[in-house]
Amino acid sequence: MKQPLYLRILLHLAAILVAIVTLAPIVWLLLVSISTTEHLTTLPFEWIPDHLDLSNYRQLLSLADNSRGDLFLGALQNTMIVAFGATAVSLCVSVPAAWAFSRIRGRHASLLYVVVATYMLPPVALIVPLFALLNAFDLLNTKLGLVLVDCSIVMPFMTWLLKSNFDNLPHEIEEAAFVDGAGMLAVLRKVTLPMAKPALATAILFAILLLWDEFFYAFILTNDNRSQTLTVAIANLASGRVSDYGLLSAAGLLTALPPLIIGVLLQRALVSGLAQGGVKG
Amino acid sequence: MMIAPLAFGVLIIIGWPFLDTLWLSLTSAQLTQYTGPFVGLDNFVRAFHSPQVREALQTTIIFVAITVTAEVVLGVLIALLLDQPLYGRNVFRALLILPWALPTVVNAMSWRLIYNPDFGGLNALLTQIGLIDSYQSWIGSPSTALYAIAVADVWKTVPLVAMITLAALQGVSRELLEAARIDGASAWARFRVVTLPAILGPLTVAAVLRTIEGVKVFDLIWVMTRGGPVNSTKTMSIQVYQEAFANFRAGSGAAQGLLIVLVSMIMINVYIALLRRQASQ
Amino acid sequence: MFARSKSFGIAFLMLSLGGLMPTVASAETLNALFMSQASYNEDDIRSMTEAFTQAHPGVDVNLEFVPYEGLRNKTLLASNSSNGYDVVLFDVIWTAEYAQRGLLEDVSERIDPAVEDKVFPGAWTTVVYDDKYYGMPWTNDSKLFFYNKAMLSKAGFDHPPRTWQEVADQAETMKEKGIVEYPLVWSWPQAEAVVCDYTTLLDAFGGRFLDDAGKPAFQKGGGLKALDYMVSTLDNGITNPNSTQYLEEDVRRVFSSGKAAFALNWSYMYDLANDPQQSSVVGDVGIMAPPGVEGVSEASGVNGSMGLGVTSNSQHPDLAWQYVQHMASPEMQNSHAERSLPIWVGSFDDPDVVAGRDDLMSAAEKTFTAMIARPTLPNYQEASNLLQVALQQALLGDSPPQDALNSAADQISNLQ
Repeated sequence: MKQPLYLRILLHLAAILVAIVTLAPIVWLLLVSISTTEHLTTLPFEWIPDHLDLSNYRQLLSLADNSRGDLFLGALQNTMIVAFGATAVSLCVSVPAAWAFSRIRGRHASLLYVVVATYMLPPVALIVPLFALLNAFDLLNTKLGLVLVDCSIVMPFMTWLLKSNFDNLPHEIEEAAFVDGAGMLAVLRKVTLPMAKPALATAILFAILLLWDEFFYAFILTNDNRSQTLTVAIANLASGRVSDYGLLSAAGLLTALPPLIIGVLLQRALVSGLAQGGVKG
Repeated sequence: MMIAPLAFGVLIIIGWPFLDTLWLSLTSAQLTQYTGPFVGLDNFVRAFHSPQVREALQTTIIFVAITVTAEVVLGVLIALLLDQPLYGRNVFRALLILPWALPTVVNAMSWRLIYNPDFGGLNALLTQIGLIDSYQSWIGSPSTALYAIAVADVWKTVPLVAMITLAALQGVSRELLEAARIDGASAWARFRVVTLPAILGPLTVAAVLRTIEGVKVFDLIWVMTRGGPVNSTKTMSIQVYQEAFANFRAGSGAAQGLLIVLVSMIMINVYIALLRRQASQ
Repeated sequence: MFARSKSFGIAFLMLSLGGLMPTVASAETLNALFMSQASYNEDDIRSMTEAFTQAHPGVDVNLEFVPYEGLRNKTLLASNSSNGYDVVLFDVIWTAEYAQRGLLEDVSERIDPAVEDKVFPGAWTTVVYDDKYYGMPWTNDSKLFFYNKAMLSKAGFDHPPRTWQEVADQAETMKEKGIVEYPLVWSWPQAEAVVCDYTTLLDAFGGRFLDDAGKPAFQKGGGLKALDYMVSTLDNGITNPNSTQYLEEDVRRVFSSGKAAFALNWSYMYDLANDPQQSSVVGDVGIMAPPGVEGVSEASGVNGSMGLGVTSNSQHPDLAWQYVQHMASPEMQNSHAERSLPIWVGSFDDPDVVAGRDDLMSAAEKTFTAMIARPTLPNYQEASNLLQVALQQALLGDSPPQDALNSAADQISNLQ
């Protein structure tokens, strides 16, 4: 079973290559964000900048009126409100539904598949009516409108994830509680949810990750800094409004930081979740 | 009772918009009025005759075919590699989470900067190691732009496929592999007979998920090229966006949006058929 | 009776003090839609509006700011709601569409003939469709021609090029002498920018977008020569090949870092290319009206202006029109001229306005007289997409200019 030495070296080299390719785009972003434009455009390119330029980060984190920081931090705030809001709403809706799907077998199973199948619908197939709906209720360009629409992404996925987790919880304690005469909601709140804490945490982190990444709905349904999210702000900057690539990269990295942290936190849950096939990309 | 809120929510923000899209696709509604005379299948007939729609359909299918194939092949290779006994194997595996967690818009921006024709990292690297003589315009040339975007997509999602495969590999029987080795089966034969059947199920799920996402692709392309040059990267989502939100033809845009659903469904059915054939063998 | 005439007298007094105010008492609110970023910024617009509300007691103006991309959507979507906007800002390329949808009030009758002569004729094309006027031009802009004085003199030229042919000749000399690898830089991506550059050249070569019957005419004559010229500069290596990917900001970066001798860009680049923080060619920046073609034109330009109009469902059309006039008045325009060039011919002789920017102002003055508009089509956005693709096909060598333009012309006439 022992591998020959040359093969072991080869495999390690391959793994290092994979690691380099995996890190390269993120390192490149970091490199651009701490370089001056002059350094970037001087050829031949020097891979190590001669000095660290943190002015881009300073600009983005400044609170002065009408500054880049104002724009960036405003978008960050919008993203947070929308992500947390849509996650909270979805949680309230998905938890009871997932529990019911898990405990009351048979009757509503087909409904669950309908809910999960909605994931197949591309947002472009829904966007026109959603746009008209928000327009009719004067919710275009509001965070509330975006929260409601974003629930369409999170609710089905969250229901599915929670349902498969509830399936794995022992039923005996719940049944004992029912025998004691507790109502359904009481059992759910006092018995099931405490047991399902890790699953809930996972579901919340996944939802935030999804919403942090969301672009299409925010792009169409918002149009200024009152409700624009980070992804839209960055896309607008990236497609021509600014030639300050250092600033853009810094904004990108700062935007990526929370999801990257969540990703690391989720590592274990993700891997075990993947083993059950219950996670979407 | 507990499912009602979810059912209601899904109905309002997914069910109704989808039905409305179906209805709209049969009218010549404008985005401004949102109602229009019934025109039957006229929008679909026109979509099939429109060179733009055809080209966009073609681009979408090519994009999905390239990215899904590359993601599955590379994902399996990387998973097999990281399943070997390596020093620091857990670090290598942990790195996989980073591309997956990086927001798509940030990924797109990062690659846009890597491909930059004046200071891009790819140009710097390739000229310095002597592979190219002068800086190239990777996303500015119609012959390379779609592939360049596909690379960015593959980079971000190969890790997910690798993680799914890696999880599935843990279920492969070591004894069986060892027995096959002792019987003198080649590495390829061992992979095909022992490993592949064990990972095929999860891999198909991954391929289906990637196909659904690939057909939807919008943000990646919007940030990197907006569909140019010469429409060479204009996929269906971009086409629908233009039709509904730049040309304001809501009816026609809805019809073209439904074409995306159709493409998605056809491709998924192909996978399921392939999986069935594999299973029956 | 006495009391009434007394109060009338007071009202009259207030009126004469206040300026031009016809109605005073009733509180009225105007909703106006503006653009954030670019040209006049939010603070400018707020201070201009304040001057209006001070002169009109009892009038409120609600300002809403959206990015350029949101302007058209907002306006079109608000057009059938009753509490929409009274005043909207619109880009020159939307005038035809708005007019055809009946979205803007026809103000032809309201414009004083005396005023008409004081505004650049090129600026008026911003608000005219089918010989009717739909507002006042407000921001005024065109592509201008920038050159690097140091490179020019290093190459032994004592004057900037006067014709596009001379641009090419001088550029070839510079390339041969190794002064700069790619003397010319443009913004030719698949975006509106390529249409703007093409329009400038089409203007220079005496072409027309539409003939008298309103059918495409850019595929022949000057329109074809313009594209031939663009392609030829790529073929003989004097145009930076990445131009087919560059937006305006990339053009600025390349020119400001001294990697181009000639560039075509909007007027905003002048101040930024002279800002030491953002540019390494400070002091060498020359600016002039885009050249003409010998025997055809003296100068050229593309109308990149925006107009202010009154919506046809406004409840206060008179007041709204007064507001538009106020915002476009010489006083407001001259006091904010560093952000956006005035529409008034007279402003260019005003020493206060011109001070310190003589080169820019004289280049702009010449261009504003010469500039033309992009085709005035109700479905401009779609036509422009088709044209962008055709232009890029020729520029990237996918098809000969004649074929590319013919196919765009066919598709555009099918839209009509």
